[in-house]
Amino acid sequence: MTGTDRFFRALCWVMALGVVVFLLLPLVITVLVSFSSSQVYTLPPPEWSFRWYEALTRRAGLMDALMLSLNLALLSTAASLILGTAAAIGVARGQFRGRAALATFAVSPLMMPGLVLGVAMLQFFREIGLRDAYWSLLLAHVVITLPFVMRTLLAAMGSFDFALVDAARTLGMSYPRAVLRVLIPNLAPAYLTGGLFAFLASMDNYPISIFLTDAFNRTLPIRMLQYMEESPDPSIAAISTGLILLATVALAVAARTVGLNRLIQG
Amino acid sequence: MSTARADRIGLLVLPGLAYLGLIYALPLFLLLLKSFRDATGALSVAEFVQIFGDPLQRSIIARTLRVAFLVTLLALVIAWPTAIVMRSARGGWLSLFLVAIILPMSLGVVVKAFAWSILFRSNGFINQSLMTMNLIDAPIRLLFTETALVIGAANVFLPFMVLPIYAVLQQQDPNLPDAAATLGAGPYRRFFKVIVPLAMPGVVAGCAFVFSMAVSMYVIPSLIIGERQQTVAMQIARSFLFLRNEQLGSSLSTILLLIAVSVVLGSSWLAARLGARQ
Repeated sequence: MTGTDRFFRALCWVMALGVVVFLLLPLVITVLVSFSSSQVYTLPPPEWSFRWYEALTRRAGLMDALMLSLNLALLSTAASLILGTAAAIGVARGQFRGRAALATFAVSPLMMPGLVLGVAMLQFFREIGLRDAYWSLLLAHVVITLPFVMRTLLAAMGSFDFALVDAARTLGMSYPRAVLRVLIPNLAPAYLTGGLFAFLASMDNYPISIFLTDAFNRTLPIRMLQYMEESPDPSIAAISTGLILLATVALAVAARTVGLNRLIQG
Repeated sequence: MSTARADRIGLLVLPGLAYLGLIYALPLFLLLLKSFRDATGALSVAEFVQIFGDPLQRSIIARTLRVAFLVTLLALVIAWPTAIVMRSARGGWLSLFLVAIILPMSLGVVVKAFAWSILFRSNGFINQSLMTMNLIDAPIRLLFTETALVIGAANVFLPFMVLPIYAVLQQQDPNLPDAAATLGAGPYRRFFKVIVPLAMPGVVAGCAFVFSMAVSMYVIPSLIIGERQQTVAMQIARSFLFLRNEQLGSSLSTILLLIAVSVVLGSSWLAARLGARQ
């Protein structure tokens, strides 16, 4: 290894560690601010306190928004797992033309501008007379979650040995039963990864949901942005800290079961 | 397994395909159609002519593209050394990098944009740090500037740049640079003739993803830069939610959609060409 090599290596390490700080900085700052007694985000906090967590109980509509977001995320992820399992089996085992194009189409909502999708759905739902905000949101959130599920399931089924399913069928299982008892347990890591990222994407979605909400159906991100515009105090940091905790726990569980490296392959 | 059976298994794609066709593709198609029609329903590009003729709209489109380009560039420049280091990192170090990438990625953009709006305040953490280090005497204005927007957005989209580059670097034979060195290639030659060309598919994928997200971001600019300096996405939201000018909103949506689609198609064409060359 020459001197130049060593210099570039050291430089890369310094930059990479800087990137770690850069990526985690917003999270650390949010947590610190949420425990501060100060109203104005001074750091380090003059004194530690739980006052912003207590203030959360006085935030109108926060609980409703959280429940709605959890409800949408759970139901849309479940629907996507069912639709996605069927479609991924069809792509992996079917013999029709255009399977690659179909796979691209199923993942393509990920690359579309969310706001444009929201606008398009708003006009479409209005056109067909669907005025119910909850159902509009649920239908839209399946489109948000399905690509995440499809991406991991397509990759996993591409390398899955379907002879196992056929063997189970020879032994007398029905096809749906073979899928449930053989395929899904074998692909559990893919289901966990795809399902987790789908769930989080639904929980976090703002640009599509904003066009479909009404006064009674506001998701958590929409409520949070509304609070930020109306009264931007550190209680928003307290909500954020809760979400950071949720993501950390979910990732810790996922890392334990499938490993960090597998998570990024989804 | 008989062909008839395989054909019937192919039918399993239908529910998902029908769902996406109805709730995703059809609405987008109708939106496109609507933006090419005038108030009477006749085919027309008048709305687009008007948008591109309006200096304000032109400057908004230019700002949107400029910011997206700068975000992509910044993300690429800092993602590259990170991916290089991650390739050779092991054990605890690798876990640290992976956690630093996956944890922010699984958090909502509202949370991160809010954090950056705190960081950029005139009495915020960045100004305080710069003053402690004696780099500046008085707080500088960061919030509501394009610089702040580019930094904040690059932070949010960085994982989507690092991961594809890391993925292709990982597949490379780690001995390749050494082999090139044995053959007499210096560090620069090894970098530009061996490592970079092989990593190009990952770079293209990362850039396409980050650019298409940056060009259509809405939450980040509305919290960091505010209403005064609009982007196309903010214009779309405004024209639907406040101005009730749906014709303008639809046409701007079509412009944004066309940008996103051409980035996706262009990058997959480029990736295919790069793949064919190797």
